[in-house]
Amino acid sequence: MTVEDLPPVTLVPESRLRADWVAFLTTVRKELVRILRIWPQTILPPVITTALYFVIFGPVLGDRIGVMAGFTYLQYVTPGLIMMAIITNSYQNTSSSFFGAKFQHHVEEMLVSPMSHNAILLGYTVGGSLRGLLVGVIVTFTSLFFADLSVEHPLLTFGVALLTALTFSLAGFVNALLARTFDDVSIVPTFVLTPLTMLGGVFYSVTLLPDVWESVSYANPILYMVNGFRHGILGTSDISVQLSLGLLFVCAALFYCLALALLRRGVGIRS
Amino acid sequence: MSDRRALEIRGLRKTYDSGVEALRGIDLEVEEGAFFGLLGPNGAGKSTTIGILTSLIRKTAGSVSVFGMDLDRDPLGVKRAIGVVPQEVNFNLFERPEQILVQQAGYYGVPARVARRRALESLEAMGLMDKKDQPSRGLSGGMKRRLMIARALVHQPRLLILDEPTAGVDIELRRTTWAMLEDINRSGVTIILTTHYLEEAETLCERIGIIDEGRLLLNRETQSLLAELAVETFVLDPVDALAEVPHLEGFETRRNSRGSIEVDLPRGQNLDRVFEQLADQGLRIRSMRNKANRLEELFVRLTESERAATDLTSQAV
Repeated sequence: MTVEDLPPVTLVPESRLRADWVAFLTTVRKELVRILRIWPQTILPPVITTALYFVIFGPVLGDRIGVMAGFTYLQYVTPGLIMMAIITNSYQNTSSSFFGAKFQHHVEEMLVSPMSHNAILLGYTVGGSLRGLLVGVIVTFTSLFFADLSVEHPLLTFGVALLTALTFSLAGFVNALLARTFDDVSIVPTFVLTPLTMLGGVFYSVTLLPDVWESVSYANPILYMVNGFRHGILGTSDISVQLSLGLLFVCAALFYCLALALLRRGVGIRS
Repeated sequence: MSDRRALEIRGLRKTYDSGVEALRGIDLEVEEGAFFGLLGPNGAGKSTTIGILTSLIRKTAGSVSVFGMDLDRDPLGVKRAIGVVPQEVNFNLFERPEQILVQQAGYYGVPARVARRRALESLEAMGLMDKKDQPSRGLSGGMKRRLMIARALVHQPRLLILDEPTAGVDIELRRTTWAMLEDINRSGVTIILTTHYLEEAETLCERIGIIDEGRLLLNRETQSLLAELAVETFVLDPVDALAEVPHLEGFETRRNSRGSIEVDLPRGQNLDRVFEQLADQGLRIRSMRNKANRLEELFVRLTESERAATDLTSQAV
């Protein structure tokens, strides 16, 4: 090889766009390989946890609780449980994977390359969302062993699931950027995400709460996501579907802008 | 060597958030096709300079241009032109070598099919083909270094930057790495390496820059630099163990830890007078070699005079 054989150092804009697309696909593929390689950590635990919920709220407790909004209790909680799996897995995938890349310094492989910040962010976000949706699909199939379910509005169900997965993947990415230790990665899921999910109408209708607590619950964004998804599957919701979708779009856009701004400023990744 | 510039740095400064001033105005030019060595002790500013060139560290002031592309105006073009081998292992230890190379090529926009072909070629060239499917955490230290060099080359950069590529490796691997780097340079790739092994710079680099406390003290051709040195040291191994260090008129002598005699020979003088005096004292010499410490001497001299100048300035103030 001589200097003349080396590739040109400048690229036309179209080539740069194509190169960025390849870089994005590479990141998504890398994330998928990672998710499938460590499936006992990424896929199996949420499926087992949710199956236990189905056992407890189905044969054990469900029949004693009775009917809610015209459905058996297990049918009522199933959309919330699927949504809970999507939320936690989308979030955990980007937060742990990107923080791990920071911690082991292999994030530098991307940072020294010409891939754009958008390609890095979208690659990780799509990777995290795919894990969330994959776990969601497996949990949905698991639920069919316990509950009699049919999907009332398939497009809405998929749309809400996708937007929720994207939103929480982005939130997990922000967490990973800001985190300095592994403790910082686990604080948000433990002290913010889990309580908000538990109190976000997964296990009950907020209309059953006293007025004050019902009003407080409307400040919880996860309530809108769970109810939007429940409307997609069961056709019933405490919240208007338009409001759920609108809030999801706003949340996804806000987290995208925040993550991109932090990435461009090099927060947590550049000195 | 061409007369085009692979790298042009002007007034480069870096002050970290902690207040540490790592670079205090570096000016540096490296011609295309050159093999350039950036020398300096730990904390001199070598890694900060590389960090800025590779966009891992943000500069405080100054400009950087790579093959005519300005780092501020065309950061992606600059990144595309550079391949970097960091000091510490920074690939995912759970991934396989082939996967690491294919991914790295992908980040540079190389399509998967081409990336896979190039990855296999690189692994073959680096003698890692039989390890391509093994988790990289199982590779030896030397193999990890070779993998990092292969990774830096997989997108075919025109400028290869290596941050202390042989730090902490054994002599055999150091020599193998040197041969590998010489081949890469011969293929037309400009190489900049940082090191604090002066012998490494003396062997590989046709031009050397010495950096200390964030300042570039000099940037000269290696040969002209060595020619300027006033003293060359020779190591003489005596046949019989020495009771004391022999006194040689006109020469500085000392005994090293292995019992050999080290003689400093001023430039322009030959060794005849040394051997004459040794013979007069009844000392017989079994073997002799040149001690590769010439740059070391220069380095110490430069950094000491720089510090003395700084002290004088601060006293005057």
